[in-house]
Amino acid sequence: MELTGAEILIRCLQEEGVDYVFGYPGGAVLNIYDELFKQTRVKHVLVRHEQGAVHAADGYSRSSHKVGVALVTSGPGVTNAVTGIATAHMDSVPLVVITGQVPTAAIGQDAFQECDTVGITRPCVKHNFLVKNVADVAVTIKKAFYLAATGRPGPVVVDIPKDVTQAKAEFSYPKTISMRSYNPVTKGHAGQIKKAVQLLLEAKRPMVYTGGGVILNDASEALTRLVRLLGFPCTNTLMGLGAFPGTDPQFTGMPGMHGTYESNMAMQNCDVLFAVGTRFDDRVIGDPAHFYRADRKIIHIDIDPSSISKRVKVDVPIVGYVGDVLNEMVKLVESSPARPDGAALKAWWAEIKDWQRKDCLRYDRASKLIKPQFVLEKLYELTRGDAFVTSDVGQHQMWAAQYYKFDKPRRWINSGGLGTMGFGLPAAMGVQLANPDATVACVTGEASIQMCIQELSTCKQYHLPIKIVNLNNRYMGMVRQWQEFFYGNRYAESYMDALPDFVKLAEAYGHVGMKIEQPRDVEGALREALAQKERLVFLDFITDQTENVFPMVPGGKGLTEMILAEEL
Amino acid sequence: MRHILSILVENEAGALSRISGLFSARGYNIESLTVAPTEDPTMSRMTIVTSGSDDVIEQITKQLNKLVEVVKVVDLTEGNHIERELMLVKVRAAGKDRDEMKRLADIFRGRILDVTDKSYTIELTGTGSKLDAFLQAIEPGVILETVRTGASGIGRGERILRI
Ligand SMILES: Cc1ncc(C[n+]2csc(CCOP(=O)(O)OP(=O)(O)O)c2C)c(N)n1
Repeated sequence: MELTGAEILIRCLQEEGVDYVFGYPGGAVLNIYDELFKQTRVKHVLVRHEQGAVHAADGYSRSSHKVGVALVTSGPGVTNAVTGIATAHMDSVPLVVITGQVPTAAIGQDAFQECDTVGITRPCVKHNFLVKNVADVAVTIKKAFYLAATGRPGPVVVDIPKDVTQAKAEFSYPKTISMRSYNPVTKGHAGQIKKAVQLLLEAKRPMVYTGGGVILNDASEALTRLVRLLGFPCTNTLMGLGAFPGTDPQFTGMPGMHGTYESNMAMQNCDVLFAVGTRFDDRVIGDPAHFYRADRKIIHIDIDPSSISKRVKVDVPIVGYVGDVLNEMVKLVESSPARPDGAALKAWWAEIKDWQRKDCLRYDRASKLIKPQFVLEKLYELTRGDAFVTSDVGQHQMWAAQYYKFDKPRRWINSGGLGTMGFGLPAAMGVQLANPDATVACVTGEASIQMCIQELSTCKQYHLPIKIVNLNNRYMGMVRQWQEFFYGNRYAESYMDALPDFVKLAEAYGHVGMKIEQPRDVEGALREALAQKERLVFLDFITDQTENVFPMVPGGKGLTEMILAEEL
Repeated sequence: MRHILSILVENEAGALSRISGLFSARGYNIESLTVAPTEDPTMSRMTIVTSGSDDVIEQITKQLNKLVEVVKVVDLTEGNHIERELMLVKVRAAGKDRDEMKRLADIFRGRILDVTDKSYTIELTGTGSKLDAFLQAIEPGVILETVRTGASGIGRGERILRI
């Protein structure tokens, strides 16, 4: 039987096991919405802005293992979605974004709500398609899911003109797909793996440095086994937190611009750096010239060959799925008669412990003002480290990464690559839908939260009991910090004037709002909010506005050129 | 250093802009780019002449391979290869210059494709530097128009690029 393009699309989504589509209707997608309306298997979540749709699909994907799906209309629907797509692209999140397009005959005519979607999104997707023929809808959707989820994951945009959703074709969904031009190397080279294991076993001052790739590939278990087997120190990047348990004594904290003193020192001074699913980002290693050490060997496992030797030359590259490679390595270590050099390791750990004695995350606990770090420590305590935490971008993001100890992967959800303010709340919606019984906290700042604040309405409609932890310092804190350090205290446009009354705002949207101004009220407020299992609670913490994030490696500096709290 | 990259790519709308977009987005330079379908009409072959350090060329190759529509990438300059470019040049050819121009075209194995009483249109093929040499050999004032295809390349001997 022949089906319309819109029917075919919905059938494809059902075949893929999609349970939620995050979207917003408009002229070009009305046929698709009509088909959504006629069925119940694929549920639609109506956001309040297309950026929110993509972030929600993104949060859904990061906190589950599934491909996130968003649906937006042509023209402004697409341009609004671009920030979300670019965010997912930078963090390699598998998404399928379906965009409506003007009818094929109108393409290129500057038609109403026309934009060159494939052109606009090309630099920020893994791949994109314009489907010009209804007969190609099913195979294109199949390809889109396949491309999004395999190799190095990423967002795939499928642009469908309105007439294609109306035209009819026979429907059959391909069971499998292969593309001659797309064959990611997934299995690590055995010889290289052996070489890597040998290098690890001979190391005197080893350091394990892992990133988002471990989480995306669900390789935490393999990583944890290997690191414990070896007894090496381990650091997880901002994108990789939770891959190795944050409470494990071998965990040294996050590395990078706001990483711990001990992690950065160990990254720089190790003799073998074991990099897994990570990309030597500028915010992680600082200036590559300063980072370079002639006497340090680097092993790098990654699914993306272009991530290897891009910013830092490596000695033992291994291209493949990190999980498989790590499992291979576990086997090799277990079956090898050789063991790590115990005496050398002991001396290395002693050095690391010395660095740890700097207590680089210390802050003033006796302050009469609410310290943001204190709020996050309490949040960690009261949720027993088991919440899903999303964040926006700024100081609060760094403090959340530093003070909430993630023991499990996919619990920490933030925009690390693009650094998108506005990500936190819509991402939390996707997380909550993927994990309906879990506690989901959105750690944010009074500037970031206002970028997608309208999603409070979506939260009401779908009963999403997110806990918004607003660390309200009345400043774009991270901007203020840079201005304090590097621009002679000239706070150009970083003061957040005319802030709304967040309590009233939350209430206006039908939620619970709380304002907390005293350190002694922090714990009680959090307890009360967490006990409200059915309600979204907006916690507006009025925090110390002079607080800064430490340690800090100034932009462009070397990784060990850190500013510590005590130095100011 | 100058490199010639040969690329097999799906013959699909948008593939060219994906590749040129990659070069501009990552700040790589393109000296020339040629593209046309192969004997298999579903596939195009592209030749890109670019330059950069070994690290940059390695990144370019990896980034090209990462594009979903790219089937294969080879750096022809890694081995023996043949490189050819076609140029059409229209020159002033009047009076005493006329014979001189004909002689010069012969020396460079050029062919005169079109003649008027004041001009010649000459076809030349060769490496880019041969074409440069021809242009340098004639007086700049005499050149009315030039059009060049950019280089195409192929490996020598048994070196074959196909899927
Ligand atoms: C969309 C967007 N615009 C601008 C920035 C630049 N930026 C980074 S952090 C920041 C301030 C964030 O302020 P707030 O949300 O209050 O968090 P705080 O740093 O105070 O914790 C800004 C403006 C950004 N990351 N994203």
